[in-house]
Amino acid sequence: MSRFFRDAAHLIRPALVLLAGAGLFLVIREVVVPKDFGKYGHYRAGALDMISARPIAYAGQSQCVLCHDAEAKAHEGGKHASVHCEACHGPLAKHADDPTANRPKLPDVANLCWRCHEKDAAKPKGFPQVDTVAHSQGMLCNTCHQPHSPQL
Amino acid sequence: MDLSRRDLFKIGGKLLVLASAGATLEEILGAAPPSEAYRRADHWWGMIIDIDKCIGCGSCVRACAQENHVPEGYFRTWVERYQVEEGKQPLVDSPKGAMNGFPPLQRQDVKSFFVPKLCNQCASSPCVQVCPVGATFVSPDGVVLVDETYCLGCRYCVQACPYGCRYLHPEKQTVDKCTLCYHRITKGLTTACCENCPTGARQLVDFKDPKDPVHEFLRNNKVEVLKPYMATGAKVYYKDLDGAVR
Repeated sequence: MSRFFRDAAHLIRPALVLLAGAGLFLVIREVVVPKDFGKYGHYRAGALDMISARPIAYAGQSQCVLCHDAEAKAHEGGKHASVHCEACHGPLAKHADDPTANRPKLPDVANLCWRCHEKDAAKPKGFPQVDTVAHSQGMLCNTCHQPHSPQL
Repeated sequence: MDLSRRDLFKIGGKLLVLASAGATLEEILGAAPPSEAYRRADHWWGMIIDIDKCIGCGSCVRACAQENHVPEGYFRTWVERYQVEEGKQPLVDSPKGAMNGFPPLQRQDVKSFFVPKLCNQCASSPCVQVCPVGATFVSPDGVVLVDETYCLGCRYCVQACPYGCRYLHPEKQTVDKCTLCYHRITKGLTTACCENCPTGARQLVDFKDPKDPVHEFLRNNKVEVLKPYMATGAKVYYKDLDGAVR
């Protein structure tokens, strides 16, 4: 028996090194790979909650209409009914959380209306468009038009 | 201690039953209970885009940038304007991703239209397949996401995406992309781009919801995904998509 160990020593030693290496690999793997990795697939399941937890910037129209009755009433049923509040007024989730501390600014009309309504051959034919310069000579749109429920 | 073969089987059997009961119990009790009403397994998200409704105003692009803090010069969604002339290569422009809309196009002699683009939330996505570390993945509710803490920034996925929807975030040095506003849709809100689209050209849809209007939309319209020959399982459906769109 002892002779066997003596003769096979050159095999046993590297085998032990290999085993130790494999063991070390398993230990490091256990420590380094997050516990929830592979729960749903080849990724860290915790990433889902991490991404879900990001804060929102746009509150959504359903929040706006809770307080702004008059505007909501003027807006619904009008030509701009499909345009949600924050599309023009900007992201207002903070305002919805604390209305007094975060007062929104009025929209920049000079750089707002034309983006939708400037005449462009690529726009759908039925969509109301004007050549803004010829139409109003630089006058602001809301001088004549009511943005919440515009009449032509 | 004398153990007969029979005893050994008895004990073994009992242990097996106990262990499996324990595992089942852990499955029932140990698994984290759903913290809110949102159950990932009940959803399969996508989007429908009606090209004939898009006016190229860029509201979606601005909304996306504000909602997701997209760095300047990079886009998670953008709008392209196509000018298709017979027998010629189509002309495509998208100044600043249409962040500030488009300069007006006067030419009436060419076919022209707008195409909003975003991550197609592919069900068998090439970007997921090439990620060497499991940092990008398809979530159980069908959204392709990036785990920032795991991403190495190797950019394999940026090259693999056939739609050009990914970029390396210049500050974080990890890959960034459209998350289909995962932080919003899991709270019952729609995406920032859909919330702010003035014409309803883009609509978030849930294929697993039998009441979702998407089913009627797909039944009543001729739709196509981008680059269907890539077999990516894209879940963004375009209505009246022109063959010139790539």
